[in-house]
Amino acid sequence: MTNHEFDVVIVGAGGAGMRAALESSQRAKTAVLTKLYPTRSHTGAAQGGMAAALANVEDDNAEWHTFDTVKGGDYLVDQDAAEILCKEAIDAVLDLEKMGLPFNRTTAGKVDQRRFGGHTRNHGEAAVRRACYAADRTGHMILQTLYQQCIKQEVEFFNEFYVLDLILDSDPQAAADGDEVAVAGVVAYQLSTGEVHTFRAKSVIFATGGAGKVFKTTSNAHTLTGDGMGIALRAGLPLEDMEFFQFHPTGLAGLGILLSEAARGEGGILRNSEGERFMERYAPTIKDLAPRDMVARAMANEVREGRGCGPHKDYVLLDLTHLEPAHIDEKLPDITEFARTYLGVEPYTEPVPVFPTAHYAMGGIPTNVNAEVLRNNTDVVKGLYAAGECACVSVHGANRLGTNSLLDINVFGRRAGIAAAEYANSVDAAPELPADADATVAGLVASLRETVGGDGTERVAQIRKELQETMDMNVQVFRTAESLAEAAGAVKGLRERFASIAIHDRGQRFNTDLLEAVELGFLLELAEVVIAGADGRKESRGGHYREDFPTRDDENYMQHTMAYATPEGLRMDWKPVVVTKYQPMERKY
Amino acid sequence: MTATAEKTEEVGAVESFTVTLKILRHDPDGLDGREPGAEYWEEFQVEAHATDRVLDALHAIKWEQDGTLAFRRSCAHGVCGSDAMRINARNRLACKTLLKDLNPARPITVEPIKGLPVEKDLIVDMEPFFASYRDIMPFLMPSGPTPERERLQSPEDRERFDDTTKCILCAACTTSCPVFWTDGQYFGPQAIVGAHRFIFDSRDDGEWDRLEILNDQAGVWKCRTAFNCTEACPRGIEVTKAISEVKRALTSGEV
Ligand SMILES: Cc1cc2nc3c(=O)[nH]c(=O)nc-3n(C[C@H](O)[C@H](O)[C@H](O)COP(=O)(O)OP(=O)(O)OC[C@H]3O[C@@H](n4cnc5c(N)ncnc54)[C@H](O)[C@@H]3O)c2cc1C
Ligand code: SF4
Ligand code: FES
Repeated sequence: MTNHEFDVVIVGAGGAGMRAALESSQRAKTAVLTKLYPTRSHTGAAQGGMAAALANVEDDNAEWHTFDTVKGGDYLVDQDAAEILCKEAIDAVLDLEKMGLPFNRTTAGKVDQRRFGGHTRNHGEAAVRRACYAADRTGHMILQTLYQQCIKQEVEFFNEFYVLDLILDSDPQAAADGDEVAVAGVVAYQLSTGEVHTFRAKSVIFATGGAGKVFKTTSNAHTLTGDGMGIALRAGLPLEDMEFFQFHPTGLAGLGILLSEAARGEGGILRNSEGERFMERYAPTIKDLAPRDMVARAMANEVREGRGCGPHKDYVLLDLTHLEPAHIDEKLPDITEFARTYLGVEPYTEPVPVFPTAHYAMGGIPTNVNAEVLRNNTDVVKGLYAAGECACVSVHGANRLGTNSLLDINVFGRRAGIAAAEYANSVDAAPELPADADATVAGLVASLRETVGGDGTERVAQIRKELQETMDMNVQVFRTAESLAEAAGAVKGLRERFASIAIHDRGQRFNTDLLEAVELGFLLELAEVVIAGADGRKESRGGHYREDFPTRDDENYMQHTMAYATPEGLRMDWKPVVVTKYQPMERKY
Repeated sequence: MTATAEKTEEVGAVESFTVTLKILRHDPDGLDGREPGAEYWEEFQVEAHATDRVLDALHAIKWEQDGTLAFRRSCAHGVCGSDAMRINARNRLACKTLLKDLNPARPITVEPIKGLPVEKDLIVDMEPFFASYRDIMPFLMPSGPTPERERLQSPEDRERFDDTTKCILCAACTTSCPVFWTDGQYFGPQAIVGAHRFIFDSRDDGEWDRLEILNDQAGVWKCRTAFNCTEACPRGIEVTKAISEVKRALTSGEV
């Protein structure tokens, strides 16, 4: 075991983690621990754009953006957080440009902007050009630019370090309201050696990204297994709004690889087997650019009602054939190449088979607007922060608008970095790590290694596959009490079977076999939280749609779900939504 | 799953067949009676569809036959740069290489990329590669006062370095370069691509600092224009063209 000490430890080197690191490392001794090389992070897969009311191409302002964010999130958004997001958006984009990000440009040389779903002029009048972009590689450019700046600032990275445990100075569930609970550090497993490291730190920032691998069809990377959320849950901290998962309408059929909404922003049209532009029926005003949850349900509904395409009538078509090939090449080069490479479809001349794909976790580790992690509805854990997709501020509410996440990671990544460093500089020392701080992780690793060649009969890959299949089948765009009960039963069974897995690799070095088992442990626990949240929310709102409760119920459910893991099982609670000026109204487009 | 192409029959029925993968393995721990660091070839048979990628086949091996097989991967659709490897003696991304494009009737050989120390199976030590990238100062170096709004740049100026912004640091180019294999000093094509991205950015004023580094011993003149890099690049970057633009800037003194 090796021990390290830093002022600030950042877990994750995607957009949120590196944006935080740029701030924190200027102010305090900072380490970034990441299970992937920074440039492998899934921020690099983001395509379409980053929202900011720059008004470079048409009239726009932060207040309109805030309204759209709140309405798009079906009024589950904390409005104080959304105001900050949209106000700080402008500097967030300009900061990236100054760091060197190669945005597409207008003829006047300014950052160009394009349309994206749910972003409108003057509270819903018409679509507005608000998404700043670099072709369909916006996330790639953000990730590269932030990494380049980290090189410039000589940020200290610990690459391929898997953080697996969070150490607090006291049990957050035993502490009374108002008592102080503080962070002491994290414990990590080094992939290259198999060694366990402890990091004592005054501040810790979680920026571990999403959990899309809970589902089978997903746009998320293999490595997006919700580790940060799972670690927080195990440490006794709550998770907020986990039932809200965004299913992006246009995943490549059968594969889940994303085709950005920019395809529709640039004029692409969804059609059913009759060639009908069916979104005209579901969202007469903004049609194909309605919020994602609406489009995804509309697509699933077309398929259910027999208007799907293909031999099994199980997808719809994204039609780009009326667009100029040169325009496609300029604005959508990567995603059209995905269609060619993986489906053998030529988007210039053929429509592309698409179906909803699990895309984004709106829920996560609850924080306030300073990115401080909450341990209940009101108290923060001193020195602990979270930002990016693993966090829930909540700026996305029940449904995230496209281009608001790249914004979120920059705005709240930056805030977390500043706050964490300032806090670290305000305290003398981090709490001492207990002598056995590494015990949980060392024990987990040892017990998995012992399964090699033992009597365990279960396979990690098989359990993961069954988990993902039951989640796709029962907890996707349509949910009912029955489907959720079925999923809950299945996950319970899988968790029992998980206790008797056997892995293959007992090696010390690059034991990815062992880590896949660890990751599956997180996925199973998170799936349970998603299902419990979905079961408890007997209404339909944003990305969460209950066929047995098809309308939104503000009287009972305009509140956030808070899930706590306790020795007796999950305990569910509620947290009020912050409303500043937008009273809930029906979400029509 | 992100890309496990198992359900592609929805997009037109695809037949399944058996394919053999012949993988160069490297065991750093020395398990099962091997010496630590032992290298050996091992063959695996997997059931696959024509539209499956090599990454799907590797996963099928790891998940169903031999969990000790080690390789890096994340995004599974060619954007994160994790899984460059030598497949049938050519550098490619496993997640972007379809089995049907490889003549699956014959065994498919899979080896780690060449020229970087092998750590385990298909995993190599990427540190020397990233060190070369860091050496060329891959960050914007503007001069003059910072403007309040964005720096302006015309679409034409933006276009000049567009190609090299696509790089995902996968190392397929550098580790396909015969000069890189034999010359311990040469920092390889990616570092030149990385420098090109800034040298030709109208907002940057560090071009001569970088050009000086590239003019050095380990630099751009080592390139023998073998074109392996351009062929290897999974992002379709014209690596050789970028290198020649850098050479031209050095000889003409103009960017
Ligand atoms: C295909 C796709 C396209 C998208 N397009 C857009 C778009 O156009 N606009 C938009 O706004 N949003 C988009 N999104 C959403 C957005 O990209 C993500 O929500 C966002 O990038 C997440 O950033 P992050 O920094 O939170 O996490 P990530 O970038 O996923 O980074 C997570 C980091 O955490 C590290 N990590 C994870 N677990 C551990 C652990 N146990 N120990 C140590 N490190 C760990 C990883 O190594 C990684 O560095 C898209 C998402 C996808 C999947
Ligand atoms: S230039 Fe191409 S091959 Fe080389 S590292 Fe970049 S993406 Fe990979
Ligand atoms: S897994 Fe990301 S490039 Fe292949």
